[in-house]
Amino acid sequence: MVWTGLTALLSHWRRRPVQLAMLLLGLSLATALWSAVQAINGEARASYDRAAAILGQDRLAQLVREDGARMDQQEFVRLRRAGWLASPVIEGEMRFGDVRLRVLGIDPLTLPPQAQQVDVAVGDELLPFITAPGVLYAAPETATRLTEQATPPVRVAEGLPPGTVLTDIGQAQVLLGAKDKISRLLLWPDQPIGRAPLEVTAPGLTLREPSETGDLARLTDSFHLNLTAFGFLAFAVGLFIVHSAIGLAFEQRRPVFRTLRALGLPARVLVLLLIAELLTFALLAGLVGVALGYVVASALLPDVAATLRGLYGADVPGTLLIRPAVWAAGLAIAVIGTLVAAAQSLWRLWHLPLLAAAQPRAWARASERALRAQGVAAMVLLLTAAGIAHFGSGLEAGFALLAALLLGAALALPLVLTGILHLGGRLARGPLAEWFWADTRQQLPGLSLALMALLLALAVNVGVSTMVSSFRLTFTGWLDQRLASELYVTARTEAEATAIRDWLAQRSDAVLPIWSIEGRVAGQPAAIYGVADHATYRDNWPILSAVPEVWDRIATGDGALINEQLARRQELGLGDQITLPGGWRASIVGVYADYGNPIGQVIIGIDTLLQHYSDVSRLRYAIRIAPGKAEALAAGLRAEFGLPAQNVIDQAGIKVFSLKVFERTFRVTAALNVLTLGVAGLAMFASLMTLSGMRLPQLAPVCAMGLPRRHLAWLELWRGLLLAGLTMLAALPVGIGLAFVLLAVVNVEAFGWRLPMHLFPGDWARLAALALLAAGLAAAAPAWRLARLSPSDLLKVFAHER
Amino acid sequence: MLLRLHQIDKFYPTGEGPLHVLNGIDLSLEAGKSLALTGESGSGKSTLLHLVAGLDSPDAGEIHLGGTNIVGLNDTALAALRRGTVGLVFQQFNLIPSLDVAANLAFQARLAGRPDPAWLKVLAKRLGLAQVLTRYPEQLSAGQQQRVAIGRTLAARPRLVLADEPTGNLDEATGDAVLDLMLSLVAETGAALLMVTHSNRLANRLNARVHLHAGRLV
Ligand SMILES: Nc1ncnc2c1ncn2[C@@H]1O[C@H](COP(=O)(O)OP(=O)(O)OP(=O)(O)O)[C@@H](O)[C@H]1O
Ligand SMILES: [Mg+2]
Repeated sequence: MVWTGLTALLSHWRRRPVQLAMLLLGLSLATALWSAVQAINGEARASYDRAAAILGQDRLAQLVREDGARMDQQEFVRLRRAGWLASPVIEGEMRFGDVRLRVLGIDPLTLPPQAQQVDVAVGDELLPFITAPGVLYAAPETATRLTEQATPPVRVAEGLPPGTVLTDIGQAQVLLGAKDKISRLLLWPDQPIGRAPLEVTAPGLTLREPSETGDLARLTDSFHLNLTAFGFLAFAVGLFIVHSAIGLAFEQRRPVFRTLRALGLPARVLVLLLIAELLTFALLAGLVGVALGYVVASALLPDVAATLRGLYGADVPGTLLIRPAVWAAGLAIAVIGTLVAAAQSLWRLWHLPLLAAAQPRAWARASERALRAQGVAAMVLLLTAAGIAHFGSGLEAGFALLAALLLGAALALPLVLTGILHLGGRLARGPLAEWFWADTRQQLPGLSLALMALLLALAVNVGVSTMVSSFRLTFTGWLDQRLASELYVTARTEAEATAIRDWLAQRSDAVLPIWSIEGRVAGQPAAIYGVADHATYRDNWPILSAVPEVWDRIATGDGALINEQLARRQELGLGDQITLPGGWRASIVGVYADYGNPIGQVIIGIDTLLQHYSDVSRLRYAIRIAPGKAEALAAGLRAEFGLPAQNVIDQAGIKVFSLKVFERTFRVTAALNVLTLGVAGLAMFASLMTLSGMRLPQLAPVCAMGLPRRHLAWLELWRGLLLAGLTMLAALPVGIGLAFVLLAVVNVEAFGWRLPMHLFPGDWARLAALALLAAGLAAAAPAWRLARLSPSDLLKVFAHER
Repeated sequence: MLLRLHQIDKFYPTGEGPLHVLNGIDLSLEAGKSLALTGESGSGKSTLLHLVAGLDSPDAGEIHLGGTNIVGLNDTALAALRRGTVGLVFQQFNLIPSLDVAANLAFQARLAGRPDPAWLKVLAKRLGLAQVLTRYPEQLSAGQQQRVAIGRTLAARPRLVLADEPTGNLDEATGDAVLDLMLSLVAETGAALLMVTHSNRLANRLNARVHLHAGRLV
């Protein structure tokens, strides 16, 4: 019985391969986009975990200075003498040629076994490791990047995070120019009893407990949440296809269901069979979807990796691992999605009266009721969105707001369209026009899901492109301000720096130091810069808010400027006090825009910087000179000091680089955007294709009354365009609302900065053209089929009319 | 007695209050016999047939089929009844559009778990469907489709065939031919037949006839 029933149910698909393909395609695409995002996030998380686990930081406690600055090696010696079992580590960023890396220096002799990342003491490897020029251990990927650069010998070691090299602490101190300095001390798990207490031996140090997640994971959390939200959105749009394909298949098979029940198939068995059918599809499509997801993910990963590096300094490998968790999650989401999409149909089937004959009018009445319920739900959701916008805060509230706004708008769409079509019908003159409007209205229930998917995709497109374009406009303006100087030079040694300064004194208008130290401010990693008192800053610096005479106060040393992200994350404002590395305090006199920077930044006067951090490295300078002479000066600098090309960069060079980072940041978003739009187009095509078969009985009478089929086909095409056009119009305000939420809520939480919104009607026009094209293509196939329909097929409609 | 109805009442809720469609119906049918049910449109003929098939349940009364009262049985039991004991032929043919003629013919017998290829072959031949077995329902004429529906029901060898105006969708000549076939095949399988019809002419060709009027049998 079960088998017989199943063959009858499945035979439906054999005769409707296109519909089946649409169902599977929709489901696989939805799963693919979702899994792609999951795979990317998984890869990034794994690499953060690896970074967090390096040198056993996830298992070992450490001693650090509270302000995050480096300590003197002397501290280590003192602790050792007092009985502490500790091992020194130095850590810092440096450049080998044009490759920027994190250098980790360890002391192989005191390193706790838990921290042994690479076994440097094997055989006779220890000696070359601890004696000059030392050995750099790096992950294979990192080692490849270093092949072209002048470095100490490089050995490949698995298990190191990308972008990191491991070397002896003595060598690292030389490389990083931090003689006798230590970043932190790793503590052995078992410390001798009776050692002197920390407060006595090293009062400046604090104990940091082992932590599972590093700063990176926390910093990038919002970025990944952002991606996840987009993945979910794409998934939701895909589900619209699945829902409509399943709904139509159930609707078409309704007489068959009834016949099966009349022939003695129990309702329970029927529902179970249909669930089994759906699960089979879900698993099939899920497998294809996850595989497809990997393809999409590996295409997007390099951009994501570049974004993460550029934006957060996080190194993520550019290649994907196949993770069982992603497969399991992909299949699970496919199954859950299918069941969610089918829930309504299954519920209806369960309550399908055995007898009621096909009653189109009753169905229409039911859908009118559904329309009203939908309208109420839309109102509730939109009101909720307004409520969240008013009272909510935080990233979660931002996403809840987005969800409520999008879903509410989607649900409201059929209602709005019905209203417009009513109006159109009222204004129509002539029987054909009246029929056109009325008939279009009648199509709405069947098409509304596809149109809702289209609305979502278009609104997201408008929203995201508005956000990105607004961002680009602000960002380029900001770059012009921020990169006011004509040339930027980096010396290789302090001596060379002094020589360059002297050389430049006569040849340029000004030499502005770019000196900085790294440390922690308000519990966050931050960089502290000193600036000279110069018009370059007074005239150009992108200040968001400041006290009067802000630059005078910086120059006299009684104030600090902080960047927007630090201000937002720590809720700091003008007049607040911050404690800077070394324990001195400064009051905030201004906040400035600092797009694209993951960490906090503080600006103080150059004299103040030197006063508190006399050992700051003094290698980088900005040079002011008449723009026309910049190129010659750069050439002169390189020739005079034998500087490598990348040590003397002009303004344009940095701008190009910064813009490139920026563009890559949003390439992923743009790609997901386009894919979502494609999925929505497919939904439209699927719905129109399936509807066209069911529409024949409605079209046949019109045809019989003397309207040529070709004419009818054109009308079908116009109908598709009309509906898509109206949907696009409805998507505009939704998209602008979305952009506002993205710019004012989500980005502030995710990146720490807020941007003004700009509108780009040109983009909208392009998008509208694209939407119309997609709708036209989607409507063309059924219309063409109609135009070529043989008269006998139309006659059959009458023969079978019941 | 194969089928016995006792004091059946059936109401439909309507806008103007409950509609008393069947009012204390008593009726019985022996195995191997045929009974025609007539009455004007809207008199409740289909309703009565649906009650017997277990597609709907009465508001009062008992329906005994082969000795068991089917009133109050759950969906699974009623479904088993429809698979095994009763066969339905509708006015609309209710074929499964995605299955070909052969599969449609075999369908109910397979569903009931008693496929009988030899009997199917005989049926297909007798019903004149042997040439169209690989076609799909939409490629058949109305008369052919109804013959498939009849064959599908008889293939499962039900003890009771319920037919609701089986020829109502056919022209008179075709209808007569199809009905002749059905009557003789039902007789051959030894099944009982309860058939709803509008037509006195057709009703007279069965063993007995009852007339439904204002909710009562006359
Ligand atoms: N689901 C229902 N809800 C309300 N009233 C119904 C329902 N089904 C049938 N009726 C009413 O019950 C009465 C009997 O209907 P039934 O279909 O049994 O008549 P019938 O004798 O088969 O008519 P016909 O010869 O036209 O097929 C009719 O008045 C009909 O309007
Ligand atoms: Mg009837």
